[in-house]
Amino acid sequence: MAEHILEVEDLKGYYRGVFGVVHAVDGVSFNLGRNVIMGIAGESGGGKSTLAQLVSGSPPPLLHHESGKILVDGIDIYNIKPEQLRTEVKCKRMSYVPQASMESLNPVKRIKDFIFDVVGQRTGKRVSSKERKEEIVEMATNHLKTLGLDRPVLDRYPHELSGGMKQRVVIAISTLWNPKLLIIDEPTSALDVTSQKRMIRALLNLKQIGIIESMLYISHDLTSLRQLCDKCMVMYAGKIAEIGDMDGIIDDPQHPYSRLLTAAIASYDSKGKRIDELKSIPGSPPDLRTPPTGCRFHPRCPYVMDICKTKEPPMVMVEDGKRGASCWLLTSEGG
Amino acid sequence: MEDEQNTVNKDVILRCKDLTKKYTSGLVRTKTVLGAKNATFDINRGEIVALAGESGSGKSTIAKMILRLIEPSSGTITLNGKNINSYSIREYYRQVQAVFQDPYSAFNPFYKVDHVINRAFGLRKDNPDADERREIIESTFMSIGLNPKEVLGRYPHELSGGQMQRLLIGRALLIGSQLLIADEPTSMIDASTRAGVLNLLLNLKDEKDLSVLFITHDIGQAQYISERVLIMKEGEIVEQGSVHDVFTKPEHPYTKELLAAVPSLYEKWDEVV
Repeated sequence: MAEHILEVEDLKGYYRGVFGVVHAVDGVSFNLGRNVIMGIAGESGGGKSTLAQLVSGSPPPLLHHESGKILVDGIDIYNIKPEQLRTEVKCKRMSYVPQASMESLNPVKRIKDFIFDVVGQRTGKRVSSKERKEEIVEMATNHLKTLGLDRPVLDRYPHELSGGMKQRVVIAISTLWNPKLLIIDEPTSALDVTSQKRMIRALLNLKQIGIIESMLYISHDLTSLRQLCDKCMVMYAGKIAEIGDMDGIIDDPQHPYSRLLTAAIASYDSKGKRIDELKSIPGSPPDLRTPPTGCRFHPRCPYVMDICKTKEPPMVMVEDGKRGASCWLLTSEGG
Repeated sequence: MEDEQNTVNKDVILRCKDLTKKYTSGLVRTKTVLGAKNATFDINRGEIVALAGESGSGKSTIAKMILRLIEPSSGTITLNGKNINSYSIREYYRQVQAVFQDPYSAFNPFYKVDHVINRAFGLRKDNPDADERREIIESTFMSIGLNPKEVLGRYPHELSGGQMQRLLIGRALLIGSQLLIADEPTSMIDASTRAGVLNLLLNLKDEKDLSVLFITHDIGQAQYISERVLIMKEGEIVEQGSVHDVFTKPEHPYTKELLAAVPSLYEKWDEVV
C-alpha cells in the first residue's frame, strides 16, 4: 500500500485549440496523505478545476495531459489502459464529482432507476431481478442516510428535490463503491448557507464512518474551506502559491498572494464588525497563453523585486516543513 | 394623502409600507405564493441598508417592486414623500437606479461599453455636447477608481466583472441617482475584486450621500458594508435593526439559525458533525 493516496509529480496540463496553448496547470507537485482533507483555493482561472480534471483521469477534449505523473493509491493512472482505469481506479479508488454535477441526474428517471443503471453499467450486468434490486436499494439507502437523506428520496424524480438534495444524491452515487479518494469540485457554490452547512456536515460524516478516506475539495470560498479542510493549497495561474496546513494559511499566510486573498474576504464575525478595511487585489489574473516570466504573481505583487521578474521562485518550507510557499521573499536572495 | 404628507421626513429617501406581493399561478385551480408579506422599512439618505436572506426568501421581489418592474399587490412605496407611481417613469429612474447580479447581461455585447454610458445621458435634464460629455464621463470614472483610458472604447468581454460592475455604478452616478438598488452585485465576481466594489459603495455613501439597498445572501458582506440590516424569510422581514445588534445579538430564531450556519474565516464551528 502506497504511503499517500494521491501523489502528483510535476504535472502539466495544457488546453490546446485554435486559441493557442493555455498553460492551465504548469508544474504542480504535491502529496495527499491518507485520512486528510485537502482544499484547493484560488481565483477563477487559477487552474483549480483543471487540476481536478487531470487527476480524475479523463480530462475533457481540449485539455491534454502533457507530462508528469499522477499516482492514485500507487497506480500511475496515465500509464494504464483506459479499461483498467475504469474498472480498477474509478469509483473503487477515486471518485470525481465535477462542478454543477447535480444537473447530471436523468430528469425522466426516478433516483432509484438511475442508480440501477449506474450499477448495471459498472458491473456489466443489467439489474433486473427483484432480489438484486432490493440489495442495491438497501446499499443506496445506507449511503443516503450518512448524507442525511431518507429512503423516500429514491422514489423521487430529480425535479422534486432541492439543489442541496440533488447534490447529496450525486455524492451518494459516486461513493457507492467506497472510493478511498473523493475529488469534489465546488459542491456548495450554488447553495445557500444552511444547505451549505448541511453539505459540509455530510462530507465530514462520510469520512468519519470510513466510506471515504481522503478528499480533495475545490472551492473559491475560503470560509467554507476553513471549516472542512485539514490542509490547503492556494493556486495561482496554474502553479501552487502556498500549500500546507489550513489554519496556518489563514492565520499566518506566507505567500503575498494568500495574504492578499485572505485580506479581501468579507467574513462574518459573531463578535461584531471587524474594523480593518478590505482590500482588493489590483490587476487581474494573467492570460495563461503567455504566462508572465519568473514568478507568475509578480505583475500584481506589492513586494515585487528584480529577481521575481526573471527567475521562478523555489518552494520554501516554513514552520518545520508544515507549510510551503513559493516566493523569493522567503529565501536568502530576497532578504 | 394627509398622513403621507405628515410623515415626510427630510432624511428618509424611500419608505415601504405593508408591501405585499402575491404570485398567482394556474387558471382554474389557482395557487398563491407570497413573494413579500407586509414588508415595512425605511431607507435614509446616505445609508446602506442590507437585505439578507436565503434564496427564495423574497429579496429580489422587494427590489423589483421598488424598481417598478412589478406592481405590488398591496402597500405603498414612497420616494421623498411622494408615491412612486406619481413620478413619471423617466423622472423616477433619474433618481433610482439598479445594479444586478450579472454585469455582462446589462451590456449589449456588440457595442462598446461607451454606448451604454452615452445613452445614460438621455435621462439627464441637461443636454451636454460631446466635449462636455467626455469631461463628465472622465470625472465620474475617476471618482469611482476606473481609469477612463482603460475602459472606454472596449467591448464588454474585454473587461473584468469587477470593472463592469463599477461601470454600472458609475452610470448611476452620472445620471445623478440618489438611491441605488444593488441586487447581489458581487456574487458573480471573484473574491479578490469584490472588495473593490464594496469599498466603492462605502466611499460613495460618505462622499455623495448615496443611499443603497444592498441585497445579498452573504452575511459577511452585509456585515461589512451596511449600517442597518433586514433579515427576510419566506417573504417576511423577520428582524431588522443595526448591523451590530442583529449580528451579535440576534433575537428571532430564524436569524440565530441563519447566523449559526455562516462559515467564518476566523472561527471554526464547534459542532460540525
